[in-house]
Amino acid sequence: MRWSRRDFLKVVAASGGIGVVGATQVDRLLGLGRKPEGKPVYVPTVCEMCFWRCGVMAKVVDGKVVKLDGHPAHPQSRGKLCARGHGGIGLLYDPDRLKHPLIRVGQRGEGKFKKASWDEALNYVAEKMLKIKETYGPESVALFTHGTISTYFVHLLWAYGSPNLGMPSYALCRGARDIAFKLTFGAPVGNPERVDLKNSKVIVLMGFHIGENAHNSMCQEFAEAVGKGATVIVVDPRFSTAASKAKYWLPIKPATDLALLLAWINVIITEGLYDREYVAKYTEGFEKLAEAVKEYTPQWAEKETDIPASLIIETARIMGKNKPSVLIHPGRHTAWYGDNTQRVRAIAILTALLGAYGRPGGIYLPPKNPLPYYGFGDFCGIPYPENQKPEIHKGPYPFTREEGVIPEIIKTTLTEKPYPIKGWLITGTNLIKSTPNQRDTIEAIKKLDLVVAVDMMPFDHVLYADVVLPECTYLERYDDIFVVKERSIGVALRQSVVNPMYDTKPGWWIAKELGVRLGLKEYFPYNDFEDFLKAKCEALGLNFEELKQKGYIEIPGTANPYINEASEFKFKTPSGKIELYSKQLEEAGFPPIPTYTRHEQPPKGYFRLIYGRVPVHTFSRTTNNPSLWELMKENAAWVNAKVAKQLRLKNGDYVVLVNQDGVKSNKVKLKVTERIRPDCVYVPHGFGSFSPMLKRAYLNGADDQQLITRYAVDPISGSVGMRVNFVKIEKA
Amino acid sequence: MPRYAMVIDVEKCVGCMACVIACKKENKVAEGYFRTRVVEEVRGEFPNLRMELRSELCNHCEIAPCIDACPTRASHRAKDGTVQIDHKKCIGCKACILACPYDARYIRPDGTADKCTFCQHRLKEGKLPACVETCLGKSRIFGDLDDPESEVSKLLRTHDAAVRLEWAGTKPRIFYVNKRFPGGF
Repeated sequence: MRWSRRDFLKVVAASGGIGVVGATQVDRLLGLGRKPEGKPVYVPTVCEMCFWRCGVMAKVVDGKVVKLDGHPAHPQSRGKLCARGHGGIGLLYDPDRLKHPLIRVGQRGEGKFKKASWDEALNYVAEKMLKIKETYGPESVALFTHGTISTYFVHLLWAYGSPNLGMPSYALCRGARDIAFKLTFGAPVGNPERVDLKNSKVIVLMGFHIGENAHNSMCQEFAEAVGKGATVIVVDPRFSTAASKAKYWLPIKPATDLALLLAWINVIITEGLYDREYVAKYTEGFEKLAEAVKEYTPQWAEKETDIPASLIIETARIMGKNKPSVLIHPGRHTAWYGDNTQRVRAIAILTALLGAYGRPGGIYLPPKNPLPYYGFGDFCGIPYPENQKPEIHKGPYPFTREEGVIPEIIKTTLTEKPYPIKGWLITGTNLIKSTPNQRDTIEAIKKLDLVVAVDMMPFDHVLYADVVLPECTYLERYDDIFVVKERSIGVALRQSVVNPMYDTKPGWWIAKELGVRLGLKEYFPYNDFEDFLKAKCEALGLNFEELKQKGYIEIPGTANPYINEASEFKFKTPSGKIELYSKQLEEAGFPPIPTYTRHEQPPKGYFRLIYGRVPVHTFSRTTNNPSLWELMKENAAWVNAKVAKQLRLKNGDYVVLVNQDGVKSNKVKLKVTERIRPDCVYVPHGFGSFSPMLKRAYLNGADDQQLITRYAVDPISGSVGMRVNFVKIEKA
Repeated sequence: MPRYAMVIDVEKCVGCMACVIACKKENKVAEGYFRTRVVEEVRGEFPNLRMELRSELCNHCEIAPCIDACPTRASHRAKDGTVQIDHKKCIGCKACILACPYDARYIRPDGTADKCTFCQHRLKEGKLPACVETCLGKSRIFGDLDDPESEVSKLLRTHDAAVRLEWAGTKPRIFYVNKRFPGGF
């Protein structure tokens, strides 16, 4: 009954692997001049409704996309899509889309624009960028970017001569996790995370709400594991969807997660529950670790975390008993407090003690990648110019990465030290909603000579742009080939399913046209993007036509999930072993083994602001999407039922949240529930847009980011801790 | 003639809502209406809680009050045993909506009654209903009760299953298996 791979190939073959399907092509294909309704054409492509990048089969009828389904062969979709994936049609046909280039006529923030031609808009940007380069140097232009468009704009930025870029996905999201795993195991845990969920016997989720973050294949494997009877342990101040599947829900006092982790490590070591052979063979620093965690007893942790010592011991024993098939999920959004790297290091250490890295049910190993790296730089074959000035985007953090620390760029823009930043290119990220302390962001914008927004939708940050360049949606464009690193290596192609609507253009075209106007033509040696894709396919040893037809091709023989214990295995750390004790951290002046520091708790009358995801939206990106808006139009602030009673508030009442700095949220509905601790308020992220051009999302719900005026930067990785704000509840 | 049924393996629902929107897109359901929903039910007090996520849709009842209530035979039992609506015959009298104890029906913008069809058009092509096809948790399981080897038959043989509002005597074809709380949620 299921759509088999063979059926799927038949369908693809029948569609002729056609990329762009306009109405005329459908007519021609079907030999119909009148009513092609009923004869669908299927085009494989890659989703961009979030950043999991599932394979998609787009069903096109009469030149219109009518249904999006999961690509059966793509390991991240496995024939299924999440709500947002299905809702991609809503993005394509959202009447509020950016339709033409715009040039600002009012004040920044007013959102008053005039329609412009691409030539006008691009010339305007290029002129300003050349002037900034001449006056201040190219480093004075910074790029904020997220998603596939980054490929083209980072290339443009580097060709122009600036190193200063910031991706929210690093410091504001996964950064600390990647650094912690790199320090411990010599490799980040990957995206998608290399979690062997389907084989796990014990799954530990710390503030990680699978289901509510609907990362497709991860949800599939989580459900599979639950179905097979895995013991789920959820550590969360909120009774999440995942908690409802758990045997143990540990409603931890927020900000004390590291205490629990250290106590678990303590029990695992003192009770001898660790994998002795694995630890002896693959790790370094065990004795020092054992010594360091002696003080972190379950009884001590009980006082910190509110979790009874007996429960800490019981859950540790369950992990020990089921080793190595224990997955302590490393998380994705790990930007919580000022010690993010150390917290995730504790997860990594616990994983290592249980022998769960490179073993079934734990964290599987990266696949063997036979494909050479081939980027834009390789295609154009010209080196990027040397930086004349020091980069500022990484801040003073020794273990940060090229993706940068966004608040550092904002700070430099404000202080003009060590040099002024005068131009911001913002591609694919709603900077207002993704970055803490909106006041700083808006103040920094006042210092700029140029603000450019390249986007599909008129999000909040677009209101501040001098020039708005409308990108077409993922269903209307080709993008760089994705090398998929799941259990095996595979390649996936995003191809246009329909022609771009309105006067919108693909990111690669916009970057190139800007490059040409900046005198950087040689960096963009393509006319059509297929020139690049064909060259890349050749470099990777792939057939472009086959890739177009199939959408996803797996490279056989690349899976290598578990450590081969018979042969020597070297980790890519300086010692070649798992570094329980990190010399790298020690040499940089940080504790080589995580130590606990107490974080500030909310003052009387205040609640800690925590935030998270809902399954039907991706940050603020989808809040205006008609298909998804219909499922969730506004967010609600979760408040414990007893607290609500004391405050004489009822479920559904509208309230205003006021943070410790007096910043007031938009009015937001109250969700009075037993599913949350009394000391915190939970707000689903991404709502409360103040862009009136988003007709559906405008002022619906509260914006958690607006209330995040304080943040604590992790000195190791530059990860920006955002769960350090407190709010009180006032009647709206 | 098959006897189509759906078993909801409640424990495996991750609440992703993919079913809800896949159904809408597959069946071009008008804005503001849904043919299926996921209901969240919470019991207990902090911190002793349990929660059930329950997919609800037309039960394709064997004893269907909607069919009995329909004055024009628009609501009828199709050859494949499912309950269907012939929109050409429907006069929009809403009798079926009142008769249905499951709140499964609505009046769509053209004035006729509408509800889940079990994706009859897909079944004819040998495909699964859209909600089942995309269910991330494989919580929605579809098949033929007359086929003892179908996954639904096997599940119903090995597990206690509940139906919604059993007292209504409608003999629903949507079954709920809750392995976590087998004695009932």
